[in-house]
Amino acid sequence: MKNNRLTGKLLSSPYIVWAVIFIIVPLGMVFYYGLTDKTGAFTIDNITAVMSAEHAKALWISLGLSLISTVICFFLAYPLAMILANMNVSQHSFIVLIFILPMWMNFLLRTLAWQTLLEKTGVINNILSFFHLPALNIINTPYAIILGMVYNFLPFMVLPIYNSLVKIDANVVNAAKDLGANNIQTFFKITLPLSIPGIISGITMVFIPALTTFVISKLLGGSKILLIGNVIEEEFTQAGNWHLGSGLSIVLMVFIIINMAASAIFDKDGEGSFL
Amino acid sequence: MKFRISKLFFLPICAIFFLFSSGCGNAAGNENGEVVVYNWGEYLDPEAISLFEEETGIQVIYDEFETNEIMFPKVEAGATQYDVICPSDYMIQKMIENDLLAELNFDNIPNAKANIGTQYWDRSEEFDPDNKYSVPYCWGTVGILYNKTMVDEPIDSWTVLWDEKYQDNILMQDSVRDAFMVGLKLNGYSMNSTDAGELETAKNSLIQQKPLVQAYVVDQVRDKMIGNEAAIGVIYSGEAIYTQRENPDLEYVIPKEGTNVWIDSWVIAKNAPNKENGEKFIDFMCRPEIALMNFEYITYSTPNDAARDLIEDDDIRNSPIAFPDLNQFQNLETFQYLGEEADQMYNSLWKEVKSE
Repeated sequence: MKNNRLTGKLLSSPYIVWAVIFIIVPLGMVFYYGLTDKTGAFTIDNITAVMSAEHAKALWISLGLSLISTVICFFLAYPLAMILANMNVSQHSFIVLIFILPMWMNFLLRTLAWQTLLEKTGVINNILSFFHLPALNIINTPYAIILGMVYNFLPFMVLPIYNSLVKIDANVVNAAKDLGANNIQTFFKITLPLSIPGIISGITMVFIPALTTFVISKLLGGSKILLIGNVIEEEFTQAGNWHLGSGLSIVLMVFIIINMAASAIFDKDGEGSFL
Repeated sequence: MKFRISKLFFLPICAIFFLFSSGCGNAAGNENGEVVVYNWGEYLDPEAISLFEEETGIQVIYDEFETNEIMFPKVEAGATQYDVICPSDYMIQKMIENDLLAELNFDNIPNAKANIGTQYWDRSEEFDPDNKYSVPYCWGTVGILYNKTMVDEPIDSWTVLWDEKYQDNILMQDSVRDAFMVGLKLNGYSMNSTDAGELETAKNSLIQQKPLVQAYVVDQVRDKMIGNEAAIGVIYSGEAIYTQRENPDLEYVIPKEGTNVWIDSWVIAKNAPNKENGEKFIDFMCRPEIALMNFEYITYSTPNDAARDLIEDDDIRNSPIAFPDLNQFQNLETFQYLGEEADQMYNSLWKEVKSE
């Protein structure tokens, strides 16, 4: 027993070193920069800066767009996950592969590809104009950003829901039917409640990256819509104000922590997580 | 000055590849020490580095950045000790003010004074008053690139970017100083203005323009204009030459209200561990053949007059885009470092434009 614990510690030590260097230290630096000004004195100005009109608006738009994307992802992902869960093994592993396959490609390249597809003289519009159909003008609008978010993050919703659906014991469903429940009743009383851990972790895994993204709005939104991620990115790369950038990151972290706390409550056993 | 966001993803790969290829490929490498170079992305012909390594036996460690603002804190923090850096005009001034640059020993860089035209040294004095710290490497203007088939009238003014006819057909630069340069010049102000009233006017012009703008982009202007995605774009002259090669319908013009004449120069960091090797590197880059090689590779105008004389194609040697006669234009300026307070003012006004 004692030996086991020692081996455990020994085996986990590389990860602990990793976590300290690449998670704890950077996080500490974000907090250090976020809570100090240029002279190194303590200040909360960088945090309260989120109240200013431009920052609040950017945060508001980010929350709105990522919420919409999460909802769309959910309604697309749930039926798909159910179809997958009801297939036999050889079929569904193929479909799951098709879903994961694009994730092997670089996220930025996939987003750039959407830009090429959606542009005014892009692939989709060329096809539409060939058939004399009206052009699709959503590039550089919020719709394109939502499309980019849904496309990029959909697999993160499908997989956890699928995982929790396949774990539902067929006997539970059969019992419900035995007792006279119809399909709709079975779904709302049995399947849906049992898949909640998957739904919650799916929501987390879509909402957080959508909230913090800056690349999608840059490439598909033409940088015309300022998201909170763009504000933070520009503080680091253009304005050179790391203090403000870190302060706003801390604010964003609060939203992420709220989201994760909510998922921790619903998902006590970590069932829904697929990683 | 040049931004390379979309190429960003390839940089680490290129940098690593570079380190290995220069490390293994050259048997003579390292015998005379090394030189650490920090340059813009895709801003040098890789062949030039190999030639330098072969000739001098100095190993080049090559690193790239995307914006001046990313480069500055890295050099300031000193975590990596760079020898040779290639910042833009206003950033050189800021680095001099922050005591980050070493004075150059021009005895070790004979090619600089011999080959680089006097007008570029004169212009450099705006940010490096005694020409002590920097050697011009590339220069150019910022202007309007338009598609001849998509505009009706001759274009010679920034006002076209406010013409409602071209709604959703305009590409603007997505960086603070470049965007405000256009806004300030449109209203007849200096692009180095720190006057709150003038900046407010420029901001309002930019906000007014926003509904007409198709997208705020950086180096994507190039690809979008080549692909006929927009009629008009604000672009760096070096990129304009490249776009014309790819799409002959494109034409570049320097607006009559004046514009930004920028210079990117080689400098040596104050704490450079290999200062003499750095000077050798700069000297090598100032050789006419090497400067010509770089010009042909990156298409950004070279201040190296000797190299320009070597260009065989008359059209390029006398190209009004690559080598405009600056005396013909009025109100040409070079960016200056305006101090932290003014920088902050610019940044917050720009955020107001972007969040509008």
